[in-house]
Amino acid sequence: MEEDQELERKISGLKTQMAEGERKTALEMVQAAGTDRHCVTFVLHEEDHTLGNSLRYMIMKNPEVEFCGYTTTHPSESKINLRIQTRGALPAVEPFQRGLTELMNVCQHVLDKFEASIKEYKDHKAGRKESTF
Amino acid sequence: MAAAQAVEEMRSRVVLEEFGVRNVHTTDFPGNYSGYDDAWDQDRFEKNFRVDVVHMDENSLEFDMVGIDAAIANAFRRILLAEVPTMAVEKVLVYNNTSIVQDEILAHRLGLIPIHADPRLFEYRNQGEEEGTEIDTLQFRLQVRCTRNPHAAKDSSDPNELYVNHKVYTRHMTWVPLGNQADLFPEGTIRPVHDDILIAQLRPGQEIDLLMQCVKGIGKDHAKFSPVATASYRLLPDITLLEPVEGDAAEELSQCFSPGVIEVQEIQGKKVARVANPRLDTFSREVFRNEKLKKVVRLARVRDHYIWKK
Repeated sequence: MEEDQELERKISGLKTQMAEGERKTALEMVQAAGTDRHCVTFVLHEEDHTLGNSLRYMIMKNPEVEFCGYTTTHPSESKINLRIQTRGALPAVEPFQRGLTELMNVCQHVLDKFEASIKEYKDHKAGRKESTF
Repeated sequence: MAAAQAVEEMRSRVVLEEFGVRNVHTTDFPGNYSGYDDAWDQDRFEKNFRVDVVHMDENSLEFDMVGIDAAIANAFRRILLAEVPTMAVEKVLVYNNTSIVQDEILAHRLGLIPIHADPRLFEYRNQGEEEGTEIDTLQFRLQVRCTRNPHAAKDSSDPNELYVNHKVYTRHMTWVPLGNQADLFPEGTIRPVHDDILIAQLRPGQEIDLLMQCVKGIGKDHAKFSPVATASYRLLPDITLLEPVEGDAAEELSQCFSPGVIEVQEIQGKKVARVANPRLDTFSREVFRNEKLKKVVRLARVRDHYIWKK
């Protein structure tokens, strides 16, 4: 389905912009002074609940994460704040990246299964049409 | 034993009670339940996940997705509505419009017409570019003039008889290939999806002559680019009878639900109710209005079984 490809494209777009760091910011990290890197708030621009809720779910499934939540700052602004707090001293960027990769894998798998299922349905229908003759 | 069952119910069912809904949120995150390993496991997900297509034809699709969470299913639904690209009319160059439909209204209506063209074969138009190239634009032409029908009966009042071309349909739109599009797209593949959409009505002497340019866009930008009429999902209903229901109560019970859900069978001379096909139910909760029967039934939805209809 096209939407799985869209979700993948959006996530990989985010990742490449993180790597480049110079284009108009798609991602920012905000950290309170005095804490080490295990609790961080990420500000993702041009994103909304579509990515926010699904990413929050994937990150929460990680047992190292103590807290994960997201909010939309204001409905007129298209950006979300995603906060991650990890147990121990694990830097918060790690579950964030892992959540993104896992979400990509989920979408890829859903796409594969869906396409296989559609193909099977079409073959089944074609097979049935032939057998009625 | 009862506690384990209650935990299973909390994890896997959304329960509909008389005055509210329980267990709505997903709670199976690591650490919430002792004895369950809820950390993300791609292999376990792949084993449990399946997609079954129930019905598919040219205009609609119904399928089931089992084993996925609400957050991701909702993300798919939002993307289907807003971020899957299509081609739609964006710019309308009006050469002549003497109909009573104003230019901007006509242009708005034309934008909403669905175009049968695969958006993956086109690119987005760069911002600020005025001229369209063959890789990002499709052109259509609409030229219709209404005239009086000389062969109509003298005293007829039926506009279909009196006038020629008085209704402008999408089948009057003709594709104008740009550049090498004529080689890439065989005749008849680039057209509006339906050819019987009424665009405007004319009377003798009125004419519409315009050129439309279609570009690729997404629903977030303007709803005309949304590829689906609507995409929605519902959770699979799960109806359990807590006690056996017999006799007239069984008939009453089958009336409380949508037809086909509850089946009344004759076993040893007594009528017994049985849940036959819960998938058909639309959960009107009529059973809660019946004092006797409301304690007998538990209405719930299976948390990870989504029925999609588009």
